[in-house]
Amino acid sequence: MVTSGAPADRRESTAEITAHPSLADYATEVYAVAAAEIQKLYHDPFELFTRAVQPVLWLMLFGEVMAQVRGVASGNLPYLDFLSAGILAQSALFVAIFYGIAAIWERDLGVLQRYLVSPAPRSALVLGKAISAGARALSQALIVYILALLLGVGIDLQPLSIIGVVFAILVGSALFSTLSLIIACIVKTRERFMGIGQVITMPIFFASNAIYPLSLMPVWLKIVSRANPLTYEVDALRSLMLVKGTSDYGLPLDFAILLGTTAVLTAIAARLYGRMGY
Amino acid sequence: MTLPSQDIVVQTIGLTRTFGSVTAVDHIDLMVARGEIFGVIGPNGAGKSTLIKMLTTLLPPSSGTATVAGYDVVREPAQVRRHIGYVPQLLSADGALTAYENLLLSARLYGVPRQERTPRIAGALRRMGLADAANRVVGHFSGGMIRRLEIAQSLVHRPTVLFLDEPTVGLDPGAREAVWERVLDLRNTFRRTMIVTSHHMDEIDQFCDRVALIDNGRLVAIGTPSELKARVAPDATLDDVFVRLLAGGKDTGDSYGDVRRARRSAREHG
Repeated sequence: MVTSGAPADRRESTAEITAHPSLADYATEVYAVAAAEIQKLYHDPFELFTRAVQPVLWLMLFGEVMAQVRGVASGNLPYLDFLSAGILAQSALFVAIFYGIAAIWERDLGVLQRYLVSPAPRSALVLGKAISAGARALSQALIVYILALLLGVGIDLQPLSIIGVVFAILVGSALFSTLSLIIACIVKTRERFMGIGQVITMPIFFASNAIYPLSLMPVWLKIVSRANPLTYEVDALRSLMLVKGTSDYGLPLDFAILLGTTAVLTAIAARLYGRMGY
Repeated sequence: MTLPSQDIVVQTIGLTRTFGSVTAVDHIDLMVARGEIFGVIGPNGAGKSTLIKMLTTLLPPSSGTATVAGYDVVREPAQVRRHIGYVPQLLSADGALTAYENLLLSARLYGVPRQERTPRIAGALRRMGLADAANRVVGHFSGGMIRRLEIAQSLVHRPTVLFLDEPTVGLDPGAREAVWERVLDLRNTFRRTMIVTSHHMDEIDQFCDRVALIDNGRLVAIGTPSELKARVAPDATLDDVFVRLLAGGKDTGDSYGDVRRARRSAREHG
């Protein structure tokens, strides 16, 4: 009934992992998930190039035309400068907001179950995915920077400003990719997700300060835009990325809102992510 | 079966899971001993995968209890996860990564210390016959290689219990044999406990120490393959056991609704 076969190798027969995980273990788990996503990009970077088309079109077509019209009061900034920060945030948003579909895909394949049976806390898995969304978005940022420089936008190239931009993009991407993951956990199928992804992307983008200032908006839309985290990401990017850029709300408030929202969304996503394995 | 308590690796008492009005797993009592290869068989939608999902902490039970490696699946899920390996029926290796990267991901998620990762990954690849394929992207692997990689993934943290849900589904006979060779090797060398579901009765007969037959979420029969066969006829095969014991319990046959429910739950819950 119970056969033992060859004598057991004691060293091999016990799971000897520490029972009390530390912060370093948590960091390793977050890094494991993020690193795997980045390795995938390294094996097949094709999507990075196709994704770059959209910001290029926005800046070169929409931006160039609207700059001629001078129809948008962009304060002390030339419109193309004003727009470039918005397009940077938008390209990061578009990468992040469809992140949930990858989670649904992984669930349908079985890769998700493998994550969920590991002892890593769900929040570490969610954060790892969120950081990898940021890494993807940074590749978009590089393209927006190059293009903006070519178009004569006054880009601030000081190291501290660039570090600030990188941080703002990472946090903004983490925020929206986690929101996307929450939606994926709720709707569970790719078809439903695609519909909702389209529906929420447009208002997040247009009800923000990405392509026009809030001062042009009717009051109700201003209120919506002030409640939209993308507005604060754009505000931070505009002040950090541009030589002449200023922040309307102040960087501390921008980052407090972005980090706070990300923390809340991560906590919600961590609860829901485990149920994806049902 | 009476066993010293330290030798009981998996135990369920009245384990039950319902999905709405459907009871997928219905009051199952099981005990699996250290070093056993324990087969779980039953028709599609019988509740095999739901049972495995509860034991691997993916799905909370509706009632009843289960302990795995001495830990309660509801109260101590993190401890259970540290001590189990799970190869799902679905494809769990990431096709966009290499075999090495897949194993590295598992090693990091399971807290394998940094200095031990490389030797353990090399060991797991060698044991599963994949040493030459370490740096190839998994998307180009054959089905049998992927299965062996998934087993390797589930082993890097040296689990006490390994759950294999339909490990040979969709594999040709050669690849099936290769998978079983490795599974037997793991049990014989390291005395790992294995819980295996399969539709291949010949495999279950040949490789499992004991078998549980499940139907409609209930435990219909349990015993060694020989014991189960002897219950049916002197020269019976496990296929006969499957057909006879299941047919004996049901005289109505499946209605259209039963079939539809079974197929839907097979699709949704594996």
